Amino acid sequence: MSASHDDHHHGPAKGLTRWLYTTNHKDIGSLYLWFSFAMFLLGGTFAMVIRAELFQPGLQLVEPNFFNQMTTMHGLVMVFGAVMPAFVGLANWLIPMMIGAPDMALPRMNNWSFWILPFAFAMLSSTLFMDAGAPNFGWTFYAPLSTTYAPSTVTFFIFAIHIMGASSIMGSINIIATVLNMRAPGMTLMKMPLFVWTWLITAYLLIAVMPVLAGVVTMMLFDIHFGTSFFNAAGGGDPVLFQHVFWFFGHPEVYIMILPAFGIVSAIIPTFARKRLFGYDSMVYATASIAFLSFIVWAHHMFTVGMPIAGELFFMYATMLIAVPTGVKVFNWVATMFRGSMTFETPMLFAIAFVVLFTMGGFTGLMLAITPADFQYHDTYFVVAHFHYVLVPGAIFSIMAATYYWLPKWTGHMYDERLGKLHFWLSFIGVNVLFFPQHFLGLAGMPRRIPDYALQFADFNWISSIGGFLFGASQLILLVVVIKCVKGGKKATPQVWEGAQGLEWTLDSPAPYHTFATPPDPKLIHAQ
Amino acid sequence: MRNESPAASTIRIVKRLLLVVVGMFGFGFAMVPMYDVICDITGLNGKTSGRYAEAEPAPVEDRKITVQFMAQNSEGMSWYFEPNDPQVTVSPGEVKVVSYKVRNPNAFAMVGQAIPSVAPNEAAQYLMKLECFCFQEQPLAPGEEVDMAIRFFVDENIPEKITKLTLSYSLFDITDYEISGDEITAR
Repeated sequence: MSASHDDHHHGPAKGLTRWLYTTNHKDIGSLYLWFSFAMFLLGGTFAMVIRAELFQPGLQLVEPNFFNQMTTMHGLVMVFGAVMPAFVGLANWLIPMMIGAPDMALPRMNNWSFWILPFAFAMLSSTLFMDAGAPNFGWTFYAPLSTTYAPSTVTFFIFAIHIMGASSIMGSINIIATVLNMRAPGMTLMKMPLFVWTWLITAYLLIAVMPVLAGVVTMMLFDIHFGTSFFNAAGGGDPVLFQHVFWFFGHPEVYIMILPAFGIVSAIIPTFARKRLFGYDSMVYATASIAFLSFIVWAHHMFTVGMPIAGELFFMYATMLIAVPTGVKVFNWVATMFRGSMTFETPMLFAIAFVVLFTMGGFTGLMLAITPADFQYHDTYFVVAHFHYVLVPGAIFSIMAATYYWLPKWTGHMYDERLGKLHFWLSFIGVNVLFFPQHFLGLAGMPRRIPDYALQFADFNWISSIGGFLFGASQLILLVVVIKCVKGGKKATPQVWEGAQGLEWTLDSPAPYHTFATPPDPKLIHAQ
Repeated sequence: MRNESPAASTIRIVKRLLLVVVGMFGFGFAMVPMYDVICDITGLNGKTSGRYAEAEPAPVEDRKITVQFMAQNSEGMSWYFEPNDPQVTVSPGEVKVVSYKVRNPNAFAMVGQAIPSVAPNEAAQYLMKLECFCFQEQPLAPGEEVDMAIRFFVDENIPEKITKLTLSYSLFDITDYEISGDEITAR
């Protein structure tokens, strides 16, 4: 491009300060995604320690207390560091391009909401190097384990959670303001891509429950340092109260981690089935229903805590009700594929694996919802298998699918399809070998969060650990694919995929630094 | 569509969302009293409902209910703490006095606080305490031993299916806490 007087308005600034000062949604999206991948590797390393210790019975590698620190840090880093920032990164990159907006509504706040995250996780991770050790009370940090009996580093944990919460809340406000206010003319709500819809609803969930999380850690802070007794029975408090407040946040939180995944899969499957998405309207309503139901089912995490029978029945039925809108979604995806001209590029493979394996995770969720059965499953590896099935081949596979799907749009190059497929198949096999045997372990009675176990659990743990190492190592392929794709490769066309629909595919590949400075032609906006 | 600039509209949306954030932060804290009220009404979690201050009832002789007593020290509490009678049988409405023996075996003064819990949970609201050592904190001098009394009755409205209930006390060491007596009367 020939030099012109306004060159500096078009390209990004140079050097490190570009990334520090950037208010560009694409830059911030990339920052979020790279940060999330770094956290994915960090949390994965913790998981490898866990699986290595559980490789055989007995204590081989780590002290039980350090094992507990690993399970806690693995959960916290994966939930708040890997999955959530990855979705925010995708939202930053994609939502403005999908709705024909030039940028996010609040670009400076966008910069801030990203840049406080590395500090939060540096603070949290620094506890690993302190004498008292990292938090060791599980990612659910039940009181009084996290108050009366917590290591002194719990305060670092509390402030890290505060910062992560602030980041999520700012990100959500930004997304809602962008979606409500910055849509191109002609982009009515019911023409928005489902990824935008699911993120809009997710953002509402976030601003509703992240403050509750901030509240509960604040109560912990007061109990620990200022002599209050929110959760201290000796002073008139109640530890069970903690569980209610925590899960009032915690259950919507699990939908925060899956709704954007629904949006991603709803974008990818129509592309590679070369058909319009089946049942767009029902997808929107199903998402909204799931979001509503997420607020009234929290106590199914605590069936064994002691509840009146009416309460147990209410939470059981309400939980089972969630299977209805979720089933609507699964059937819609299957119906979209039905008689489609399907091809199986890497994003599609991840998306199909998502549909199958997430559904399996959903079914074990239904099993756990059955109150009387839950008394057996509670706090066993069955629960671990369940939520890893919905989070790893669920949320994380969808993030990987999204990465492969939009990578040509971001970098302007096609990724290495052969390596992508290799990454998929190793991940797919690895994740099943890793988590499927854990169902059996749980049903046989192996409790979660233990560094050692009875001998009869040895074989399945051995298999599970092998799967874990395979899955963990395979993720390095993703890193190679992405770096190769950033550096070069076959030039991507604007549409990239033959069946891709939507405004982002009308842009050049790579997407220019500034897009939709003038709104797109309304004729380009189609009903979904 | 409102007739306003995009910037003004964004500010309006952000203000509303910030209100939601502040409101939900407050709601998190509001769950604390809400929880206490719900537990008080339903007797959830085996919480008993404080001092019974009304007129003492008349016994209903046609039913017998066994009340068992348990004592346990919470972690770090070193007192001897046992019920003098492991169980008593009462009629609904019959006022009974039982006691726990407690001794501080240490060479230093300590303050304890007993927290009650009733099983089954739904029986909690029918256990009426006229007097209880759990209503106040319990300071003990080195080596001091006392009998701590409870005067209670079982409400006659207790469901027929409940024939046995357990009153369990956990004893907490609150020597280092500064909890005023007023705060812990709601037991």
